[in-house]
Amino acid sequence: MNEIQINMMEEENTQEGRYLIFSIDNESYGIEIRYVTEIIGIQTITEVPELPEYVKGIINLRGKIIPVIDVRLRFRKAAGEYNDRTCIIVVDILGMSVGLIVDSVSEVVTINASDISELPQMKQVNHNHYVKNIGKIGNDVRLLLDCEKLLNDEDIDNLHEIL
Amino acid sequence: MKDFNTNDAMVEMFLFETYQLLEQLEQVILSSEANHCYSSENINEIFRIMHTIKGSSAMMMYNEISVLAHAMEDLFSYIREKNPENFFSAFLSDLILDCIDFVKIELEKIRNNASADGNSAGLVNRIQSYLSDLKENGFIPADENMKEEKVNYFRAVVYFEEGCEMENVRAFAIIHNLEQAAIGLKYYPKDIIDNDGSVEIIRREGFQIYIKTAETQEKIYEGLIQTVFLKGLELAEIDEQTFSEGFEVEKDADSSLEAFFDEQDEEVLESQEEEKLPSQEKSSFEDGQKHRNAEHHHVLPTQSIISVSVAKLDKLMDLVGEMVIAEAMVLQNPDLEGLELSNFHKAASQLSKLTSEIQDIVMSVRMVPLSATFQRMNRIVRDMCRKLDKEVNLEIIGEETEVDKNIIERITDPLMHLVRNAVDHGIESADERQLTGKPKSGKITLEAKNVGNDVHIIVKDDGKGLDKDKILRKARENNLITMNEADMSDSEIYKLVMLPGFSTRDKVTEFSGRGVGMDVVAKNIESIGGSISIDSEKGKGTQITLKIPLTLAIIDGMNLQVGKSTFTIPTITIKESFRPKGEGVITDPDGNEMIMVRGQCYPIIRLHKLFNLKTDVTDLTEGIITMVSQDEKTVCIFSDRLLGQQQVVVKSLPEYIKRFKKINGISGCTLLGDGSISLILDIANLIHNK
Repeated sequence: MNEIQINMMEEENTQEGRYLIFSIDNESYGIEIRYVTEIIGIQTITEVPELPEYVKGIINLRGKIIPVIDVRLRFRKAAGEYNDRTCIIVVDILGMSVGLIVDSVSEVVTINASDISELPQMKQVNHNHYVKNIGKIGNDVRLLLDCEKLLNDEDIDNLHEIL
Repeated sequence: MKDFNTNDAMVEMFLFETYQLLEQLEQVILSSEANHCYSSENINEIFRIMHTIKGSSAMMMYNEISVLAHAMEDLFSYIREKNPENFFSAFLSDLILDCIDFVKIELEKIRNNASADGNSAGLVNRIQSYLSDLKENGFIPADENMKEEKVNYFRAVVYFEEGCEMENVRAFAIIHNLEQAAIGLKYYPKDIIDNDGSVEIIRREGFQIYIKTAETQEKIYEGLIQTVFLKGLELAEIDEQTFSEGFEVEKDADSSLEAFFDEQDEEVLESQEEEKLPSQEKSSFEDGQKHRNAEHHHVLPTQSIISVSVAKLDKLMDLVGEMVIAEAMVLQNPDLEGLELSNFHKAASQLSKLTSEIQDIVMSVRMVPLSATFQRMNRIVRDMCRKLDKEVNLEIIGEETEVDKNIIERITDPLMHLVRNAVDHGIESADERQLTGKPKSGKITLEAKNVGNDVHIIVKDDGKGLDKDKILRKARENNLITMNEADMSDSEIYKLVMLPGFSTRDKVTEFSGRGVGMDVVAKNIESIGGSISIDSEKGKGTQITLKIPLTLAIIDGMNLQVGKSTFTIPTITIKESFRPKGEGVITDPDGNEMIMVRGQCYPIIRLHKLFNLKTDVTDLTEGIITMVSQDEKTVCIFSDRLLGQQQVVVKSLPEYIKRFKKINGISGCTLLGDGSISLILDIANLIHNK
């Protein structure tokens, strides 16, 4: 029992502060590695009707059916063509497996807590509320995403109200 | 009471077993009540059940249950001792049923991880006062002069649970126990203690015993069934000759065995036969496990039953589903196209055969007979009759019909509602019935039967039937009527009672009248892909038919293509497919299209329009129309082309998608042979929204 816990804590520790970096347009984003299950290339996506535009549909991941979200559309950017650089990052958030479609995946980095700073307070309400923090790697800046918000935000609540 | 952390598996087992025992007990009581007599085997049965419950609950430290069971055991031990003939007391039935309810409530608490804190003292007092009452006043005196000298011969085969070890020692213990009651004993394998090889034989063939005894089959059975680690037991009556031949004929026993028997014969026991039981009768113990009886002399292994958690079965089901898909992926692999592979195809067809067989078996594993669910209704009817002062007989037909485990769980509540409704609303009071010339006691029939891929469950009563005018009036009051009243068919009027908020009952009773029953029934049945139809004749009765699919997991489906998407329609809903010729298509001012087929007009649903899909086929004459029907309504579904029929494994849409909303017209999805996903159309929903 104890051993397992220690192992888990160790694993937690090794994942602590590590981020998977992907890019959309010219921006680099990071998500905490502990959410990530795997990265796969773009696949045939089955459309499901009556869903928001950014939910592209469902894919068959070795017999498991998971929904995929186009992160571009989620960030209200223009839709892009999918090419061989396009990746689906499969994440497990709150027990749900979801695929995130991104332009490309670059690396896994460690960002020290001291290099992570709060997002500057901005007045515009609709500004990227999926970005939780800003991480610095040398002179570069990475936008660190709040994965849970990516899936659960007011959009869904709004939808519920409308329907 | 339970202040330490008990092993969960043990609690689970305890709950499972005790529930089963209680259900058995309930059935015994109800059948006794129906016969208006506690037969001695019933009394024994009750005694035995109470004894077991007492033991297991004491072991699990549920003291209140065990104290209560103990009091019951005392009571029945007294009754058993006195063995009154034709003894019956409605008071006693009520008392036992109250006790059953108490234990059930406690079990429910345990299941929910609450402490079993109920107090059984009241019930125990009632039992004790009843017992002392019995002792003082007595009942019909028992006929005690029944020492029967008749000698019976039995053949018993005992099977032990796998892995219980030391079968030979256990067998010896049985022999030791039997010696008390038996006049003569023969068994095989005989050298159970000295020869270790006997363990193997017992494991393989069971432990076989020939018994010569003055006891009845019941007594012997009772003695044997208490064996620890017992998996199965066969007990059948045999004649003297078979006994004296012993195992020599078949098993070549040696003479030392005979010597052993001679010894035994001298220890003839005068057994006090206390029960008079019809000789030659079949054992009426309902022992959960099937216990083979009757006159066959062959060694037939008893049906051995293991309980497996449903989660494991679900997992197995999933895996088999995956396998079916994987198989299709291999066999229909595009790389194979155009290759001449006769050996491969031979092997492939063998594989297909096996997988489909595995699939069938896995499906059958999940099938459970409806009997437990049906039997539960007995109790409901009885309790309601008492409270409402009505007389109702419940007839059960086809309880052995099997349906998927998941489905059983979801139809229990609806069935309960329907039966309650039938007793409360359907059956009139005895006086009323006599006035209309019906037999005094009402009759409710609960029937299950297989019809094609469906199971039909019918709840029928011979009560007053549905009152169409009253339904319409009530529906008007509650603004539930959406179409022209004059145009409504009888079945459409009856369907109104399934709308939320509908109740013709003027006052709310304990059992029904809140108007929540029928719509819940309808929802539950629809959620498992079933349907309800109501048929009724005023003054004659009502018949409600539930049509339920055999299984949820794998269906026969027809795949359709629209643009780049694939859809699957359950084959059972399909009536026909055809390519429209262009004439006969009507468009109304709102743009709704309809098609005339053989003089009937059906609405057309264009899938590409409904789901906003891009497709080149928009002309009706280029695509194909599939006519589907459910609940006696029919629509035509327009798609680009048919892809073919196959068995599909139903999967639900991911949680994330479902969180947005329930997608209209889609009930789930499935994987096709090429690994792509097809969406399964929800025909009932499509029809409903049309």
